[in-house]
Amino acid sequence: MASLIPDIVEDALVAVPEAPGRRRRPRLRVWRAVVLFIAGAYFLIPIYAGLRFSFENDAGHLSLYAVKAIPSEPGFSAAFWLSMRLAVVTLALTLVLMVPTSVYVHLKLPRLRRLLDFVTILPIVIPPIVLILGVLRAAPLWLRASPYLLSLVYVILSMPFVYRSLDAGLSAIDLKTLVEASRSLGGNWLNTLWRVVVPNLRSALLSATVLTLALVLGEFTMASLDLWTTLPVWIYQFQQVDAHVSTAVSMVSLIGTWLLITLIVSLDRSQSRRTRRRTNNS
Amino acid sequence: MTELVDATRIAGPAPAGARVSLEGLVRTYGATRALNGFSLAIEPGEFVALLGPSGCGKTTALRVLAGFERLDSGRVTVDGRDVSKVSAQHRDMGMVFQSYSLFPNMNALNNVAFGLRMRRQHATQRRQKAGELLELVGLSDQASKYPHQMSGGQQQRVALARALAIEPRVLLLDEPLSALDAKVRAELRDQIRQLQQRLAITTVFVTHDQEEALSMADRVCVMSAGRAEQTATPAALYSRPTTSFVAEFVGVSSRVPVESENGSVVLFGERCRIRASDVGLPDGPLDALLRPEDVTITPDETAKPFVTHKSFLGAITRVIVQVEGVAVRVDVRSDVAADIELGARVRVAVVSRDVLVAQRTATRPGSTQ
Repeated sequence: MASLIPDIVEDALVAVPEAPGRRRRPRLRVWRAVVLFIAGAYFLIPIYAGLRFSFENDAGHLSLYAVKAIPSEPGFSAAFWLSMRLAVVTLALTLVLMVPTSVYVHLKLPRLRRLLDFVTILPIVIPPIVLILGVLRAAPLWLRASPYLLSLVYVILSMPFVYRSLDAGLSAIDLKTLVEASRSLGGNWLNTLWRVVVPNLRSALLSATVLTLALVLGEFTMASLDLWTTLPVWIYQFQQVDAHVSTAVSMVSLIGTWLLITLIVSLDRSQSRRTRRRTNNS
Repeated sequence: MTELVDATRIAGPAPAGARVSLEGLVRTYGATRALNGFSLAIEPGEFVALLGPSGCGKTTALRVLAGFERLDSGRVTVDGRDVSKVSAQHRDMGMVFQSYSLFPNMNALNNVAFGLRMRRQHATQRRQKAGELLELVGLSDQASKYPHQMSGGQQQRVALARALAIEPRVLLLDEPLSALDAKVRAELRDQIRQLQQRLAITTVFVTHDQEEALSMADRVCVMSAGRAEQTATPAALYSRPTTSFVAEFVGVSSRVPVESENGSVVLFGERCRIRASDVGLPDGPLDALLRPEDVTITPDETAKPFVTHKSFLGAITRVIVQVEGVAVRVDVRSDVAADIELGARVRVAVVSRDVLVAQRTATRPGSTQ
């Protein structure tokens, strides 16, 4: 163990013998680095392997052919746009359903919060395959014929994450007073929700959005069983045609989702900065 | 304190204050009766304070008036119109809350303009009016500040401007000063009172601080267990409390054990009448409730009572005298009190010849409030 600790850390240990709280700090720092390294390796090695495979040809040489071929591969565009449409519809449905529900429960039925906590965890407990088979049996034919049936199911899947984000956001503000202030000033429920509650839930809504998008863009089981070729389904199917292209698409999808999330988060940050600057200048 | 501008010029012609009537309000939460037949009539332009200990129902009464709580029975009328079933949105009542209630996503100007926006006023008009109201509360330089950039006192002043912006028929103040430090509280207290008088707006103010209630209100309604104990002017409430609860809750009282007989008691050797409203109490052991200024002391080496404590309060000094094992508080002019040493023997007498009495408490007789 001693050999793992750098000299500088051992010096630090000797330098501050009188502070019992501090004595353990350098060792903690080392352990933190070790844990970070293991976790980083756990996440980065598969990505590195995927990226490397994407930039290789069949002969194992470095090549851009797989990345260049993506847009022209049969079925890719359709799968990509279907996933995008599903993401947007799911997000809209989730927020329209969950924001008023969460606000109402916080305001009027706080005792139901525990029940809602339990109900919204169910989609995680119930295996997706059970959920989609049940839905496919119960759904009317016209709905089964539409890809947006998937959006309805994705709304349920995203509930645990969205509800928890909103619940935390609502707990962080004095919702009751804000709503009552708005009502006494003549605001109706819609105005109160739109102009007072939602703007103060920006961070919660942002994390709900990010989680929902990540979930929809990566979901495979349900889309596959409902026989719709979304991006993850296409990646899986195309693996049998050209594994390099398929892996390249999954890498692009991964980076694309990451970029999208970064974009949303940075938009939020820049808006906060603008607000601060505007106020400081005044 | 911030100098006030002409309130009537800014807020427009003073709206005729509304006449408010609360009749037999009953509101229960499970087994608890927060309001138990509470009634109160408020004259147009009057400033009424609801005063009482925690849980007496004062905030519930205000919330019922605002339209945030439904009633089990009773009714609320404003200018003769029953508004019991009207939602808070349509009651035209401006409210300032105990906790900071400014919308965090809006700056001060937009907070004040919010009510006008809900009334679909033109953007230019509402910005102008909001600016004028911020000027009214002395915060025109803070118009673009967000709530988190303002102090508690500033936030409450913006909240007051926001409530006044809609030219409400009734202004409701739910302990708006309780979260502020003493100096800011005193400043804002004066400011609220001056604004209310200039605008002649009917105002209901909830507080548990008797000093606030007595110094600000035209009339004070002391509440207990969901009912009004006494509603009177601050002076009447202090000097002529009609019940022992009011006497003990408002101001400082000493409890002195006495024996009643035929509507009178003997107090420090003098026979005093029992105040009319409490005559119903049976003959026997009771407690007399004495204000510190209702008692006088004179140095007398032959007397038994002696001074145990002195607190300098400025112009007066509060002296505590032990009379037969009972602590009695007496207010004495400070220059006179300076000559009275601790332990000095004094003769005690009552100024008033009619005293308020109460059932003797189970606690140690002579305990002071």
